[in-house]
Amino acid sequence: MRKFLLDGLLRRPLTEAAPTDPEIEALALATGQAARRRLGRSLSIRQVDAGSCNGCELEIQALGNAFYDLERFGLHFVASPRHADVLLVTGPVTKNMAEALRRTYAATPDPKWVVAVGDCGRDGGCFAGSYAATGGVSAVVPVDLVIPGCPPSPKALLTGLLALLDAAGGKA
Amino acid sequence: MDQHTAGMPQPFRSQPMPRQTVTATEWELAAVEAARGRFELFSLWATDDAVHMALRQAETGLVDILSLPLVGGRYPSVGAQHPAAQRLERAIADLHGHHADGSPDSRAWLDHGRWGIAAPLGAAAPGPELPPYAFLPVEGESLHQVAVGPVHAGIIEPGHFRFTAQGETVVRLEERLGYTHKGVDALMRGATLARGAELAGRVSGDSTVAYAWAYAQAAEAALAADVPARGRYLRAIMAELERLANHLGDIGAICNDAAFAMMLAQCGVLREEVLRCADAAFGHRFMRDRVVPGGVTHDLDARAIGLIAALTRRLRALFPAIIGLYDNTASLLARTVGTGTLAPDLARRFAAGGHVGRASGRDFDTRRDLAYAPYDDLTFKVPARGDGDVNARIWIRIREVEQSLALIEQCLARLPEGPIFAAPALAGEAREGLGLVESFRGDVLVWLALAADGTITRCHLRDPSWFQWPLLEAVIEGNIIADFPLCNKSFNCSYSGHDL
Repeated sequence: MRKFLLDGLLRRPLTEAAPTDPEIEALALATGQAARRRLGRSLSIRQVDAGSCNGCELEIQALGNAFYDLERFGLHFVASPRHADVLLVTGPVTKNMAEALRRTYAATPDPKWVVAVGDCGRDGGCFAGSYAATGGVSAVVPVDLVIPGCPPSPKALLTGLLALLDAAGGKA
Repeated sequence: MDQHTAGMPQPFRSQPMPRQTVTATEWELAAVEAARGRFELFSLWATDDAVHMALRQAETGLVDILSLPLVGGRYPSVGAQHPAAQRLERAIADLHGHHADGSPDSRAWLDHGRWGIAAPLGAAAPGPELPPYAFLPVEGESLHQVAVGPVHAGIIEPGHFRFTAQGETVVRLEERLGYTHKGVDALMRGATLARGAELAGRVSGDSTVAYAWAYAQAAEAALAADVPARGRYLRAIMAELERLANHLGDIGAICNDAAFAMMLAQCGVLREEVLRCADAAFGHRFMRDRVVPGGVTHDLDARAIGLIAALTRRLRALFPAIIGLYDNTASLLARTVGTGTLAPDLARRFAAGGHVGRASGRDFDTRRDLAYAPYDDLTFKVPARGDGDVNARIWIRIREVEQSLALIEQCLARLPEGPIFAAPALAGEAREGLGLVESFRGDVLVWLALAADGTITRCHLRDPSWFQWPLLEAVIEGNIIADFPLCNKSFNCSYSGHDL
């Protein structure tokens, strides 16, 4: 373990060296500044899987890896909707999850924002029309922003969060 | 560990899959023999007027499908003899309305009473209100219950876990699944082959390549269509990249659930590098929609081949130190060794696939034991061990990472020239095919019935999780609730793949 700790001290962090695309860095910085301006130092996100295929979850998880390191900007995932500013909702909202999503929304304090993630979250995606799906997040709770993709890449998710912060100024 | 030897390919790999129609007595006998261990139950599903059971003979390794015509919408329960079939029977009742006579558990499973209709693949009539789900009763001194989910604390899929604990020790876990049910079976009906491929690739996002491949296999077998050699190798490269990404993610995430975040950070970097390489080589981080019936959609040029080769070299250079970190951290091993032990007998009876089975002595891998191209031309080992705890499931993944690297290197070295896709010709008659592919999680089974015009009559997709979820209930018994995330992640069953 000592070797890993030593490497961590001596080497440049991956977070700076790795983003091959300078846009990611710029986006992440802009997200952080906007979040601080509108919501103080941090923005708490509660992720809700409303019936996704788990692809979106994998990319949302990736936001926490050393390359994207979302938390350095004060954006972090919380374990309860009661601690959240933003609900990040994936999936076509299956009928079996609709009530759980409604209750999660109700448990989130105002002001709050809902982001529908993925093509499924947008309009049900390839599951639209199924007897078991409601047809997207907006069919169940009000949606402030859609981040499409199947699944959206971590970079697209960052872009989306930035757009949300720009649009959310009036509401906060 | 057995060195892979090219076994005799089974007929279903290259031609339509026949079914044997059996009598009710023979059906029940098969259930008894499955319970005795002569057969492994591979799946159980229904069509409008029959139920079907896929079995693998333990002795010969041959896979068969038995079909029993329904009488008045009823059939003799397999689950009454063989518990591994119970949830599949409950799903059949929910989706088709077919009733399993003698079933020990007739509670609804996927149907939570929210669809507005009952039996969506059957009568699809307006459904009655369902009573609140009746969890199994528990009696005893000083017991308390903890209800978790469907919305969980982490970034994971939804499901409900009902723990009954005495102090900190779990005396029973009961799972309640079905929250992510999207109605895939119904969407498949009448769909074109291409639309079916789109849906199959979205059954469980982490296994999108494996699902698309299993679906493609079923379609190609039904249509007796050949896939160009280069297409087969490209499929294997994608499947092994998918396995690498998932195993690397899991190894880190399991350790993170033991509060050892450094493993997650280190493995997360490697996982991201695999996904970026997949994106650069195949145009999508998860390689979704890249495998289609007839071949693949993306070819590799010299640059992309170089990227993948560089990735394998890099992983070979970095991975051993990370494994050393795991193996030399006593506080971490104290959490994983002896935790969540799955008895080999249970793994065998449920025909548990993937790391769950192979960590508990079930030495089975579709790539070797029901070999399909190009694995029949490649050399690899299937790691297996018998201790069956969280540690064992981590080590199976570690060894499989090493094997996947070797497989990718072999595929790159032998990559044949030529086309990557050949459109399958329609048969002009109704056909059925079976596909079985080893996902990172275990064997994915797809049974596909096509109409004469090539549209889908019925598509049954069985995730490996069907036979792993029930075992998770067994392994947590006697462990503390705080170790549940650790046990759960070491299984890493798919909710979406199971719920469909």
